[in-house]
Amino acid sequence: MSDTTHTGPVLAADGTPLKRSLRRALRAQKMRALALIAPLLIFVLLTFIAPIADMLFRSVENQIVGRTLPMTVEELRDWDGTGTPDESVYRALYFDLFLAVEAKEHTKLGSRLNYEESGISSMFRTTGRDVDNIGKVYQKAIEKVNPAFGEGAFWYDMMSGGQGAEGNERLLSNQIGRLEGLESATFSGEIGFVPGAEIYKILPNTTRAYTAFAAFTVFLDNDVVAEEDPWEAVYPALLLDLSEPAAADALASYQGPGAQELRDLAAQLDSLPAVDMTAALIESNKDWLRTGYWEVIKTYSPPYTTGYFLNAIDMEKTTDGIALRSDDERIYGILFKRTMFMSLVITFSCIALGYPIAWIMANLPARSANLLMILVLLPFWTSLLVRTSAWKIMLQQQGVINDVLVWLGLVADESRLVMINNQFGTIVAMTHILLPFMILPMYSVMQTIPTSYLRAAKSLGANNWTAFWRVYFPQSVPGIGAGSILVFILAIGYYITPEIVGGTTGTFISNRIAYHISSSLNWGLGAALGSILLAVVMVLYYAYDKIVGIDNVKLG
Amino acid sequence: MSGFTLTPVETKPLSFTLPVVGAAGAFVGLFVGTAHGSGFMGIVLGAVILMALAMIALKGLGLDKEKATRWGIIVLFVVVGWFFAALPGLVLGALFGWFFSWFIFWIGEGRYRANLPPYLTPGQVLWHYSFRVICGAIFIFLITPILVVMPLSFNAQDFFTFTPEMLRFDPAGYSLKHYEDFFTSTGWQQALRNSLSIAPMATVLSVGFGTLAAIGLSQPHVPFRRAIMAILISPMIVPLIISAAGMYFFYSRVGLQGTYMGVVLAHAALGIPFVIITVTATLVGFDRSLTRAAANMGADPLTTFFRVQMPLILPGVISGGLFAFITSFDEVVVVLFVGSANQQTLPWRMFTGLREQISPTILAVATILVVISICLLTTLEYLRRRSERLRGLSPG
Repeated sequence: MSDTTHTGPVLAADGTPLKRSLRRALRAQKMRALALIAPLLIFVLLTFIAPIADMLFRSVENQIVGRTLPMTVEELRDWDGTGTPDESVYRALYFDLFLAVEAKEHTKLGSRLNYEESGISSMFRTTGRDVDNIGKVYQKAIEKVNPAFGEGAFWYDMMSGGQGAEGNERLLSNQIGRLEGLESATFSGEIGFVPGAEIYKILPNTTRAYTAFAAFTVFLDNDVVAEEDPWEAVYPALLLDLSEPAAADALASYQGPGAQELRDLAAQLDSLPAVDMTAALIESNKDWLRTGYWEVIKTYSPPYTTGYFLNAIDMEKTTDGIALRSDDERIYGILFKRTMFMSLVITFSCIALGYPIAWIMANLPARSANLLMILVLLPFWTSLLVRTSAWKIMLQQQGVINDVLVWLGLVADESRLVMINNQFGTIVAMTHILLPFMILPMYSVMQTIPTSYLRAAKSLGANNWTAFWRVYFPQSVPGIGAGSILVFILAIGYYITPEIVGGTTGTFISNRIAYHISSSLNWGLGAALGSILLAVVMVLYYAYDKIVGIDNVKLG
Repeated sequence: MSGFTLTPVETKPLSFTLPVVGAAGAFVGLFVGTAHGSGFMGIVLGAVILMALAMIALKGLGLDKEKATRWGIIVLFVVVGWFFAALPGLVLGALFGWFFSWFIFWIGEGRYRANLPPYLTPGQVLWHYSFRVICGAIFIFLITPILVVMPLSFNAQDFFTFTPEMLRFDPAGYSLKHYEDFFTSTGWQQALRNSLSIAPMATVLSVGFGTLAAIGLSQPHVPFRRAIMAILISPMIVPLIISAAGMYFFYSRVGLQGTYMGVVLAHAALGIPFVIITVTATLVGFDRSLTRAAANMGADPLTTFFRVQMPLILPGVISGGLFAFITSFDEVVVVLFVGSANQQTLPWRMFTGLREQISPTILAVATILVVISICLLTTLEYLRRRSERLRGLSPG
């Protein structure tokens, strides 16, 4: 009953145009669906996707060098990479290291850099023990001139510039920020000390070192700044500042607390030991002379690095750019290749064993097929560890298979087969464990192939093989594809079974990842290896989605 | 076996029966022979004995005495088995006797053709049965490892192998001590309690969120459906070691590492794909006009959901829940990283036990777990049939 004379838009019952009314209804429907999905989506994003993102981030993150040695990194920027850096770098290193040692973070940096060049770790550790003594030399000399420099209260007055002096808040927050970076924590609140702005202009190094001390005392030692004697590091800093040519002029007109003592000290500068951090650090550990170590520190100073990824593919950064590691140091390439190879072998064994099973289940009457299905599903539902332990029992040298072979006289008792703790064991056990994942998709595809096709082919003159190969097999390929991708994805990331039955030659890349995360604590490298594995799996997942569709995954 | 025969059965000539039966005898004889010193003697004796038996059974005694003949062969094998290897030999003898007494008549009377189409060539018939034997071997490969665990768990010794006493069926070789160990050891009991407190919580979380989301996903117009689905399924696809590493890093940042809540959340995330898949599969067959009808009769959305939709999709929800439960109950890798010693679960303890190979208590636990999984499988199968019946499909 159309009204042909009506030309305006079609209206809904309430008078709005039907188009808009429908669009609104559709939008409401979409919102409702999204509202139902949202809680789960947020849950998965928080509990699963965020951790994965964190892992990806860790594989490139390298803030530890910049955080622990900020001034050194700054100074090293001008170093040309030949010989050893000049004194200014060593000085910066000393002050950086001193704070790091107090915060007990220098060993972490040492082990981080040790991943790139072994030996660095011990260099940081020995020098870490010496930083106090290096400073003490200057402390003693200064205190000999004027014992007041040994008193905490005197230092506090001098550094804060006295009551009502203008404070340098920026320096304070800078130093607190540094401490936060070192400790991976946030500190807030008053520390009861603000470095004086004027004294900072005259004695920049000393004020910086003292401020770091003050912040550390308050936040980590929970003490009062004014009551504590300063760290040894402030003494060499004081000498450094005083030996600046401009310091004497500035001091002459300075009126703040301690001005007189400082002028006296500056006057006796010649009798005090000169600050030579290069010599002091090299005396602590000769390795500070090594150009190679300094190169590593410089190379890994930016906050993000490709170093872990290079490591994960057996490459390293050298002075001539990126190069392959020497042959005996390459392990990950072999491991990746082995993982790929074994996953492929497992996939093909699963195809070979799964195809007949899927075929016979698809071609038997429903009742018998269901019975066989239970035999397939029982292993599928059995705990992974049960199956792995079962294979350990079957394959070991005193195991069931060897026992039977010996009993039958096929194998001599003294030459029992070695079937476990090698690739064979891993392949057999994992083929068994993953076989149901191959059979189920194959079966669901084969069920849809009418058996009459084969009979038709044969009645048209095809022999058995042609009928199977040209008629049945092509129709079953989607099942093989779906099963293969699924099995391959699962195999490539397997951890438990290779760990238990794989020994040393039958382990996968995932075992190495676990090792780096729980034993060697090289998290960055573990994360980089994981990221590469994840990328491979994601490509396969995408292919699976395109070919099969994730909606079509069936579980039993 | 179906009640009718496709092809009429006819007695085969002895020139066919004897070599076939003889070959089978030779094959078995080979193994018996090698076990007792001489493979060649075994082959010859096996073939001769089997051929003689077939001759007597088929020609001498005839078909009308079939039952008696079959029992006779079984008894003969049992006696010979006893003579060779006492109790185990007796059991093996009974099995072989049963098989050969059947095999002789099956071949000799041509019964093997009964259920096959009459037009098959002998080659095709041979392939048909060879194929079945291959499939049987694969099924044995699938099922044996699980069956082997069970008797070993009753081992009286602390070994992972069959002891001579066990093979002699000597009662002294068997004991329940590993079960006793499992039920009395505080470590194992604590692990069981941990597993039983983590898995249900994780299941509740993943079923709760998962069912809601599956209903949302099955609506006709969902924007970014594919992308959302890909994200929700990803915990199943991403290798566990990667999930575990990521969760370890991230959960220790937010203070969840080493806590009960952390493990529960991690396991819930891993269980979600299973709930999504099973519930969306159930919803595919859900008739949407039912909810409209309910609304039409004045039911509010909540009533509609709980009184109409929920009972219909319940089988899917329960089987999704079972999947989520077993995922959590069976999970090792993530709990190894995210958990601490206080969250040591059953699989964790089994894993460390297996790596260090401490005691066969693991096998007792394994047997208990197999029994549990059989129960779960039965429940699932029942649910599947019920769901198909409700949706008007005949149980396949």
